[in-house]
Amino acid sequence: MTDERVLMTDTVHAATVELDRDVRLRMYRTMVECRLFEQRTHELFLAGLVRGTTHLGIGQEAVAAGFAAAMRSDDWTFCTYRGHNHTLARGVPMAPILGELVGKHGALMGGKGGSMHLTSVEHGAMGSYAIVGAHLPIAVGAAWSAQYRKSGQVAVCFFGDGTTNIGAFHEALNLAAVWKAPVVFVCENNQYMEYTPIGAVTAVERPAADRAAAYGLEPLIVDGNDVEAVHAMARRTIDRARDGGGPALVEAITYRQGGHSRADPGTYRPPDEVKAWLDRDPIPAYRQRLLDAGLDAGALDVIDAETKAMVAEAEAIVRDAPDPDPASAITEVWADGGSSWRT
Amino acid sequence: MADLTYRAAVARGIAQEMERDPNVVMLGEDIGAAGGVFKTTEGLFARFGAERVRDMPISEQAIIGAAMGAAMTGLRPVAELMFSDFFGVAWDMVANQVAKTRYMTDGQVSLPLVIRTANGGGLRFGAQHSQSIETWAMAIPGLKVVAPSTPADVVGLMAAAIRDPDPVIFCEHKALLADKADVPDGELVEELGVAKIVREGTDATVVALAAMVPRALAAAKTLAPEGVNLEVIDLRCLVPLDMTTVLASVRRTQRLFTVEENPRLAGWGAEVVSIVAEEAIYEIDGPIVRITTPHVPLAANPILEDVQMPSAARVAQTIRTTMEASR
Repeated sequence: MTDERVLMTDTVHAATVELDRDVRLRMYRTMVECRLFEQRTHELFLAGLVRGTTHLGIGQEAVAAGFAAAMRSDDWTFCTYRGHNHTLARGVPMAPILGELVGKHGALMGGKGGSMHLTSVEHGAMGSYAIVGAHLPIAVGAAWSAQYRKSGQVAVCFFGDGTTNIGAFHEALNLAAVWKAPVVFVCENNQYMEYTPIGAVTAVERPAADRAAAYGLEPLIVDGNDVEAVHAMARRTIDRARDGGGPALVEAITYRQGGHSRADPGTYRPPDEVKAWLDRDPIPAYRQRLLDAGLDAGALDVIDAETKAMVAEAEAIVRDAPDPDPASAITEVWADGGSSWRT
Repeated sequence: MADLTYRAAVARGIAQEMERDPNVVMLGEDIGAAGGVFKTTEGLFARFGAERVRDMPISEQAIIGAAMGAAMTGLRPVAELMFSDFFGVAWDMVANQVAKTRYMTDGQVSLPLVIRTANGGGLRFGAQHSQSIETWAMAIPGLKVVAPSTPADVVGLMAAAIRDPDPVIFCEHKALLADKADVPDGELVEELGVAKIVREGTDATVVALAAMVPRALAAAKTLAPEGVNLEVIDLRCLVPLDMTTVLASVRRTQRLFTVEENPRLAGWGAEVVSIVAEEAIYEIDGPIVRITTPHVPLAANPILEDVQMPSAARVAQTIRTTMEASR
């Protein structure tokens, strides 16, 4: 990474206090949970158990883990159709998520939403939005509500680099700045707008950060594969938003190790580029750093083993679950639980 | 009893609910100190302040998106889209996000919000500032749709819309804004999904909405001396749709006409007629006729626009001809 504006761990450590062991282990655990869950999801997709589509965030786990560890339990996450990681990172159990992907009874949203719409309001996971850009203004509205009710909550809104070229991005940034709304916008710049390199279709080099000045915001860039750097940036921006300092726009530089969706093998990417980013995989890198910092390998091995068991257990629960009740296809259109439109 | 314009009734209905519930907030373009470009929110900014009556940038996606985010986290926003044609700019927010989120989350997310909008033609504003979008909204599961025709209904239905736990599209008809009528004092709350028989009759049922209601009533007045006694129903809401009232009326009169401002295809009348055909066909004694704007955009020129929208004279003539032909 040659851009000197990018916040990386070395600069973070000079500026922040040392993280305690629990936070570090939590972030490591979150990343491993995301990785193993998504890897198994992909296998189950190929096996025909997971239906429809999936958009995996393999390689981008550090963004979800670093931010989630800096959020209060009543803060809100708004994310995209590439939302498995962000939903898991807020503590939503694996079985209902996998159930939603497979379409079984007990699924997170009864099978009505699917992979692209994971939501768990009780965990502050306020939705995965599948139309690019839509959730940015929605996150501003939630932040407005927190501001109006003086609840101290912050909305954290994750989106991809492609989102920076749709109108809703700009409408939301402007409104958040005008309102000094407690919202942190996080652009996960994974280098590709679906199948096209973001640089090929964007007027500026940094799709989010280079637009920040237009809304009176600081251009904040962080190494999105460095979970501690992400976490430091998250604390800085979330705490400031909570204290009335207004919104922030963070660009996290990362890489989508796979294709855009299950239909895309990602063959349009230069092999040396893929290799370079695989060498920067956030999880082994963080494991090594923790070992270098003196954490014992045993603690990390336990996390790996527990997570493996957790994924297997979720899969067993989902495989044993009955199909959804067909009658539920026409429920929950309205607040009365039904879908009646006439008398 | 107060003599109130339709325009002033909008502000009164909102004020009644803002007074009652501190979680009711407003957002829209020019709704604050300016009182709205149609003066439908006059006085609310002075009374409730900038925290609750928010002037918005020209950002329709942000208006609806922010209303949704606020609604899903405990507020009851009343958002304004200045002209209903601007739904085109914010249709993702309305049709994909607001309408579907409760269903997609299996009821986890509630969206008690109202989107108010100046709707309809007759003001010579041309094709992009005159549309009747109530049938667009009606086509999307998850949206309730209200379109009042009188000042009293504006107050009572506005209150019902704001109290409703689901998203409501509230169509304020531009051509009715200056209409004045008596509105009872005190708190008014109507029920969504209840049509109103505004003229009792025996020979045919005429179902109308918003600005077409006074035109249907005028047509009824024209035809009465000719021995044709029309029953006129003001539908008031498209979702929920009060077919109980319509079917009962049609069973009495055995004839049905709809008067729709929307362009012909897939107008609300098509749904009303299909239900009547399915459930009361053997009680119908003659052709069912939909009187609509032809399937064209509305023109700006008064002569052209008046030809397009159903007039009282066209309503009367269509009903007269149809009734005579089947006598």
